[in-house]
Amino acid sequence: MSPRAAWRLESLGFGEVYEYKVGKLDWLAAGLPTEGTNAQKPRAGTLARKDVPTCHLDERLNEVRQRAQSAGWNAAIVVNSERVVFGLLRAKELAGDGGQLISHAMRPGPSTFRPYVLAAEMAKTMVDHKLESSPLTTSDGKLVGLLLQKDLVELTGDKSS
Amino acid sequence: MPKEIDREELRRMVAAGAQLVEVLPAEEYAEDHLPGAINIPLRRIDAEGTNGLDKTRAVIVYCWDVA
Repeated sequence: MSPRAAWRLESLGFGEVYEYKVGKLDWLAAGLPTEGTNAQKPRAGTLARKDVPTCHLDERLNEVRQRAQSAGWNAAIVVNSERVVFGLLRAKELAGDGGQLISHAMRPGPSTFRPYVLAAEMAKTMVDHKLESSPLTTSDGKLVGLLLQKDLVELTGDKSS
Repeated sequence: MPKEIDREELRRMVAAGAQLVEVLPAEEYAEDHLPGAINIPLRRIDAEGTNGLDKTRAVIVYCWDVA
């Protein structure tokens, strides 16, 4: 849409026309402020738990379980050295055989969401799909944090479905 | 020919006085837009719709993403 707008402006005699091609999505994904009716509403990124434990594919489950539990968590996120999300360990996966590698124990390819989604929309999605927790990532797949349904429900009061 | 810019160039140019235009429909603009942007939906970009813009200054247009 914006290329057509840019060319149309030139046809109307505007001499210096620029196009921010990646648009509003790129701006929101960078966590930058906006104006408008949604501007002051809480977004998923503000509620994400940034201190969620992380681990790598080549670690053993018992080490990761110990680390997560000692930090008060029953979840961990599997990432690479660039913090790109590969998998998720919820309570069920963390309770597995401690000797296995994380690459075998994890739930691979979890659904991820973007930090700019409105908290109210995320609450509805997570309740409807019975997701207790969901990783938030940037558009290039890097971990922002773990979003907990209970945090969203506390904020928005959305317990529908 | 329109030039493509990234986020950092946009911020620098707007700070230097460039005009910023969101070309999405009014409802989407009302919900969220970049600070300082005005709204001229694509279908209203004509001589009358752009009356409020200064032809002697840079104009940056954007929509949702590359689509």
